[in-house]
Parts: sequence; structure tokens; C-alpha cells
Amino acid sequence: MRAVITVVGKDAVGIIAEVSNVLKNRGVNIIDITQSVISDMFAMVMMADISSCTVAFVDLAEELRVLGTNLNLDIHAMHEDIFNSMHRI
Amino acid sequence: MLNTLDILETIKMITEEHLDIRTITMGISLLDCASEDIGRCADKIYDKVTRRAEKLVAVGEDLEKEYGIPVINKRVSVSPISSVAAACGEGNIADLARAMDRAAQSVGVNFIGGYSALVHKGMTAADKRLLYSIPEALASTERVCSSVNVATTRAGINMDAVTILGRIIKDISYITRDTGSFGCAKLVVFANIPEDNPFMAGAYHGIGEAECAINVGVSGPGVVRAAIRRHPGCGLTELADVIKKTAFKITRVGQLIAAESSRRLGAEFGIVDLSLAPTPAVGDSVAQILEEMGLETCGCHGTTACLAMLNDAVKKGGVMASSHVGGLSGAFIPVSEDAGMVAAAERGVLTVDKLEAMTAVCSVGLDMIAVPGDTPAEIISAIIADEISIGVVNNKTTAVRLVPAWGKTAGERVVFGGLWGEAPIMPVHGESPAKFIGRGGRIPAPIHSQRN
Repeated sequence: MRAVITVVGKDAVGIIAEVSNVLKNRGVNIIDITQSVISDMFAMVMMADISSCTVAFVDLAEELRVLGTNLNLDIHAMHEDIFNSMHRI
Repeated sequence: MLNTLDILETIKMITEEHLDIRTITMGISLLDCASEDIGRCADKIYDKVTRRAEKLVAVGEDLEKEYGIPVINKRVSVSPISSVAAACGEGNIADLARAMDRAAQSVGVNFIGGYSALVHKGMTAADKRLLYSIPEALASTERVCSSVNVATTRAGINMDAVTILGRIIKDISYITRDTGSFGCAKLVVFANIPEDNPFMAGAYHGIGEAECAINVGVSGPGVVRAAIRRHPGCGLTELADVIKKTAFKITRVGQLIAAESSRRLGAEFGIVDLSLAPTPAVGDSVAQILEEMGLETCGCHGTTACLAMLNDAVKKGGVMASSHVGGLSGAFIPVSEDAGMVAAAERGVLTVDKLEAMTAVCSVGLDMIAVPGDTPAEIISAIIADEISIGVVNNKTTAVRLVPAWGKTAGERVVFGGLWGEAPIMPVHGESPAKFIGRGGRIPAPIHSQRN
């Protein structure tokens, strides 16, 4: 299964490192990253393979959400199918 | 790789515009629960519902976390109890409602629908028995919802049933008077009732349905409103396209969740209901969509045209997004559950008469409308007859869910709380239709019912 992880918020040093660290600790492989900074707002979208994730996906999503709260960012981890179904015919 | 803007759009819909799965409703056939003994029938109902729906809430919660979209309600609908109970001998048939209630509580769903009867052409002894037990059934349970189909386009209108229901609604109003006559909010009177509707209070599992089916209702008034807001100056042709595209996206999420939940629960994929279902939350209002389209206040002249266009565009966008569309599938206009409707009604712009006109072009009907507690039964029956006629003649579902708020008069408010919201008591015409209602009998089916 692949997940889409999005991070949105005010730009700061080390955001990618913080998120990647959590993923590394949980055995999640990052497949692709795109990021942009528009007028101080940071937006990153990460595609990750979670088939070897060492915790349940819902726990990983919660861990990332808490990390986001601590860093003052919105972090969402969601199954890629919701985006595929909504935006691809 | 997915487009970043698309991904952020989806997240914005969920986090800011109230996109959610309003309900995953499991329809369960109870036709094999018939028994001559009411107690035995009640036990069978409890056992079957708790067995089939055991994992419903857990699956709903898992999907919510995995896909990141809120699944607001998990619910159960069952075969019409008047059919299940037809074989029952002596005893209190409301015991079956209490068994449904216990089963719903046990599996953790907030509502169970199907304390129902289909009486559009006539009433069996079991149907009458069920009808007269509805007040007790709704007053003595928390989660049970009831519906009665009093008309179809093919059969016409059973006015005897309409007459009885006027009195039953008054009875429910009285015996649930301590909770603002809330019991009335759990009874819907239908024309052309859908067999696969996932939304309460009108959900039941039709006789033609599978053993167990999953029906999903999505909700996105906030998303549609936000999309319209981004196109303030465009013409109506373009606006219809905007609504269609938005409805497509909303419905695709419903399709995904319906497919996945039915797979995990080992049930048939039933339908996705395309309805735009409002909630009392600010920004999740169908009235505000109409106002965003260009009306000063919902209920003013132009409202029916806006609603007709909205309803049509939602269906056109949604139909392609789902393999099976069903249920009510249109815009809902419940008054108490929609902050914009409440505001318009309080200003006196939105009236019962205008709401009735609006129901000719959308689903579902006169919904969650509070009327004075002293409204006579025959006037309630006449309001039902008017609304049901619109459904019968126009080949569509219409329904009535009126709350005569006991002890309250027009201009006061009644508060239900939660998703049910609160409503101003709306005035109704006081002139008497008693002679018409008192005639009894059936209104024959309209000429265009003869299609064979």
C-alpha cells in the first residue's frame, strides 16, 4: 500500500528531516517528494511505500499528526486511493 | 505522481469544507426472523443484527483513519418490521422495536431504521398493528427509526393511512413532549420510498434487496458552496459545470468507501447516495449554496429554480462517479439541520408553502419542520397528502417529517441538539381540510402510471 503524506505550514529549518526521521524509524520507504515554498508557506507532498511499515498505518498517521502539532504544521497521512479516485477517471 | 494541487484540494475539502462520509448504512434482511412468538422473533432480530453488524463500527473507524476522511455515522437498516412481524401472534409488537434498539446499542450504531410498513395500496392486519405501535416504539427506544410508505406512482395514495398517520404524529408529539416532541423526528411518511436509502430516519432494507448490503451516503454542501464561491461572476452554464465536477469528486470518495467497506464486511455493494446532506455546522448548508448562487435569502423568488439546477447538476456529476447510484440522491432541505434554512425561516422568508414548492425539484420533502403543537391531526394529514401528491405525480420520492412541538406556538423555537439541530416553529394554514381528509379511501394513481 502507498500513502500520501502532506505537510503544510510556515517554513522552518528541518521539516523534511523531522518527517523523514519518523518514516525511517517505522520502516517506511519514501518514493517521491515534491515541495514548494510560496510566500513563507511550506507545502510538501510525499509518496511513501508503507508495505514494510512496522506499526499499523493508523498509528503512523497519528504519530505524524502529533509531530505536526508539535511543529505547528498540518501533517496528513492518507491512503493514496482517496486521491486517485477523486482526481483520476 | 499525483498533482500537488489536487492533493491539497482534497485535504482542504475535508479539513475546511466539511467533506465527509455521512453514513455507512448496513442493510440487513430480517425476513428469516419471522416467528409466531413475538419474544422469539425479538430474539432472532437481536441475534441477526448483532451478528451481521458486529464489525460495522470498527470497519467504519478503520476506513476513517486510513483514508483520512471522517465517517460520521455507522447505521443499520432492516426489512420492514410489519412484514417480519406478520406471523407474530399475541403480544406487544413494540417489543421488536426494543430488540432493534438493544441490537443497535450493542453494535454501537446510533440509529437503526426499518420499523416500517409499506401501505401504499392497502393495509394488512400486521401493517395496522405496526402503525398503531409506532408512538410507543419511538418513545420507548433511542435509536429506532420508523417509516411508512403511503403512496406510489403506480398505486396512488392510501388516504386512510395518511389519516391514521396524522393522528399518530400527534400521539408521538404528545408522548415525547418532554424532549421537544423529538419522537416525531424519527418517523418519515413517504411516497415512492427508496429500498436502499442509507439516510435516517427513512432508511429501511427493501424486500427486493440482498441478504446484507452496504449503502453509503456522502455529504458535501460545504464543498459545493466553496466551489461556487470561487466562481462569483460566471454564467449559469459554467456554474452548472462547476457543480457537476465538484459532485463527481465528492461521489468518487463515497464510491471508494462503499466498495471498500462492503468488501471488508462481506456484504453486497448496494448503492452510493448522491445527496447533498447539510448539517447544522456553519458552512455545511444547502440554503447557503443557494444564497451563494445569487439569492439574498433562501426562500425568496428564484429559490426553486436555483435548487432545481443544483439538484440536477449534482446528479449529473455524481452518476458517472459511482457504479450504482440509489437512495434519495438529491439535495436535502431539512429545516432544523441546516443553519441557513433556520435563518431564512426565522426571517419569515422561508415558509412551509415555499418548502413544498422546493420539494418538487429536489429530494426529499418537507423535512424536519417544526409546526405548532396544537396543529390538528387533519391538517397534518393534509400537509402529508399535499407533499405525497407531488411525489406521486412527478414520479419521484417525497416525504414528510413534521414535528408538531407540543405546547409551543409559531415563532418559538425547539432544540433537538447534535445533527438534528434546532428549528423555529413555522406557522401553517389554520383553515380546515377535515372534510376532505374525512372522506377516506384512495386517491387513484395518475394517468402516467399506466406505462406498460
